[in-house]
Amino acid sequence: MKLDVLYFAWLRERVGQPRERVETKAATVRDLVVELRAIDDYHDAALSDLTAVRVAVDQQLSDLDTPLADAREVAFFPPMTGG
Amino acid sequence: MAIRVQSEPFDLSAELADFGAGAGAIVTFSGIVRDDTGAMVALELEHYPGMTESALTDIADRAAERWNLTDCLVIHRHGRLAVGEAIMMVATAARHRAEAFQAAEYLMDYLKSRAPFWKREIGRDGAGSWVEAKGSDEDALTRW
Repeated sequence: MKLDVLYFAWLRERVGQPRERVETKAATVRDLVVELRAIDDYHDAALSDLTAVRVAVDQQLSDLDTPLADAREVAFFPPMTGG
Repeated sequence: MAIRVQSEPFDLSAELADFGAGAGAIVTFSGIVRDDTGAMVALELEHYPGMTESALTDIADRAAERWNLTDCLVIHRHGRLAVGEAIMMVATAARHRAEAFQAAEYLMDYLKSRAPFWKREIGRDGAGSWVEAKGSDEDALTRW
């Protein structure tokens, strides 16, 4: 399936782009992270410490075990600092 | 009930002119860009268009239901904001003050760590550094 993967804040800077479309068979967010880290050193560095990373699947806050069946968009970002 | 995410400034008094008609209590909070270090000139706020609006709507809906709000307004800005500018505001209207105060605090607590905004401090030299989330912000959610 095709997925739009989005990055925000320092993850966007480390990956070097705000979004990309990937072809994946990942069943969960955790599987997708493994595939993304294999793309290049930039992705690997951005996603190496997952304690500092939050994830949204189709714009809903999710976690590493969230299934990706029927998902269209996955976003990775640091803990939020609004307000 | 309204949620707005915008780069342009807002006028607090104009926003409140038609807000909460008939309520017994209105509480407002506005957050201002401050300089804690003496070396910051601006904040840059990045957000996640689409998710930001739905997250804020979800938080406001829950507050409105829990405290029987008669009106609720959340405005949050993004982009570059100079020190001293208003960055966001919430307003809550209810029959009594306890509900209005609590709902405003709830909105702020959730908005800080559940709405997808990220702040970067811009120093006098133009360099930026991402603001790290505070553990105390996450802890604040446990009281609700």
